[in-house]
Amino acid sequence: MTTYYSEEHEWITVEGGSATIGITAHAAEQLGDIVFVDQKEEGDEFESGDEIGVIESVKAASEIFAPVDGEIIEANELLQSNPATLNENPEADAWIYKVKLSDPSQLEGLMDLAGYKTFIT
Amino acid sequence: MSDTPKRTALYDLHCALGGKMVDFAGWEMPVQYPMGIMGEHQHCRSKAALFDVSHMGQVLLHGPNAAEKLEALVPAALSNLPEGRARYTFFTNDTGGIMDDLIVANAGDHLFLVVNASMRTQDIPHMKAHLKDVEVTEIFDRALIAVQGPSAQEVVASHCPQAAQLSFMQTCEALIGGTLCRISRLGYTGEDGYEISIPEAEAERITRLMLDHPDCAPAGLGARDSLRLEAGLCLYGNDITPDTSPIEADLSWAIQKRRREEGGFTGAARIIAELEYGAARKLVGIMPQGRAPARAGVEIHDLDGNAIGEITSGGFGPTVQGPVAMGYVQADHSAPGQELHLIIRGKPQPATVCALPFVPQKYKR
Repeated sequence: MTTYYSEEHEWITVEGGSATIGITAHAAEQLGDIVFVDQKEEGDEFESGDEIGVIESVKAASEIFAPVDGEIIEANELLQSNPATLNENPEADAWIYKVKLSDPSQLEGLMDLAGYKTFIT
Repeated sequence: MSDTPKRTALYDLHCALGGKMVDFAGWEMPVQYPMGIMGEHQHCRSKAALFDVSHMGQVLLHGPNAAEKLEALVPAALSNLPEGRARYTFFTNDTGGIMDDLIVANAGDHLFLVVNASMRTQDIPHMKAHLKDVEVTEIFDRALIAVQGPSAQEVVASHCPQAAQLSFMQTCEALIGGTLCRISRLGYTGEDGYEISIPEAEAERITRLMLDHPDCAPAGLGARDSLRLEAGLCLYGNDITPDTSPIEADLSWAIQKRRREEGGFTGAARIIAELEYGAARKLVGIMPQGRAPARAGVEIHDLDGNAIGEITSGGFGPTVQGPVAMGYVQADHSAPGQELHLIIRGKPQPATVCALPFVPQKYKR
């Protein structure tokens, strides 16, 4: 299991050909109090850079951009009933999608934790 | 316009309190503190919140019959405004649109005005050009803070007993911590509270006195916006603009009887006609039925898919615990209960017109 990070402040944890996507604690803190998440549906396909959802905080709406190409296998329903979980636990319980990767080699273009930490400082 | 944002007298205090500073109308202001917008909003509704509103323009009008002369530019009745009373009004343009909204207070030997930060550079020349023999003085050496919420009286009166004697829209000069301040019982959150004009050199000391009270916490522009939206109060530039008339904006309550009968203010022809015959569109409260906030710019459709208006302010209401919005709709779709669709990210979302405010106003009358 390996976790990668994007410049758009998503994390993606990979196990075999499937992966879980979420936003980083840094992103959640910047967004402030999250009140609604507009998620795509199971079966939706996307390419790296596509908008794959919107996170609404009290302040503003922010898009989620796909870090890689793939297909949505599952959207986390917890975020519909309790969007604030994204503030409380963005890197675990509040994952946004489980996805199937189209091209795992794209992961090499992302950062590791150390790289991301440098990126945000 | 200068590129470097200006700082208020409370800038250092905002930083010390952990305020997240943003550029707002050319001023470096706190959008929130570590408590967060949601927490600051709730604190204001349950206890008391303190806002720095020093970016707003404070203006003095001196001269004979200044109130009567100002009536040529605004539709409020001011010539009979008693000393120590304040009134909400707006500058109107030739076509009956709104150039800015403001508070006018009768301070005895002069009028005390508070105008929007972004409109200072318009309003002051506008008054200087049109108010003959009135001295228009923009004040640069006084801070302005707002203390708002059910505990506001306790917070302010603990340093200034006279504050407790004021009713909504009354104003006086009084000492706070040994400094003479102008204290007005009004605000823009829907809660009871005060705005206090303080000499800049004493601003941080007096603000800290207020914050020392256990019920009083600092709040930023984010909470100020969600509070005023829930209270159904218009944001200049969004809900009211040079293209919207006061009647469209449902502000006819701010045009007193004598002014409706006599006119004599800029744009009176359209405004008086709309008072009589109604406006073609109206600003209404809109409650989305789902959880997605509808923000400014969202198109409003009727149930048949015809475009009938646009959201001008919208977001999440922390007290309502759901999305709330205001927007203009065609008058025949403006009755409370009217079902609408809001086009959010291309998809129609059901919503209902509802009476404003979303949260009852708690002014001390």
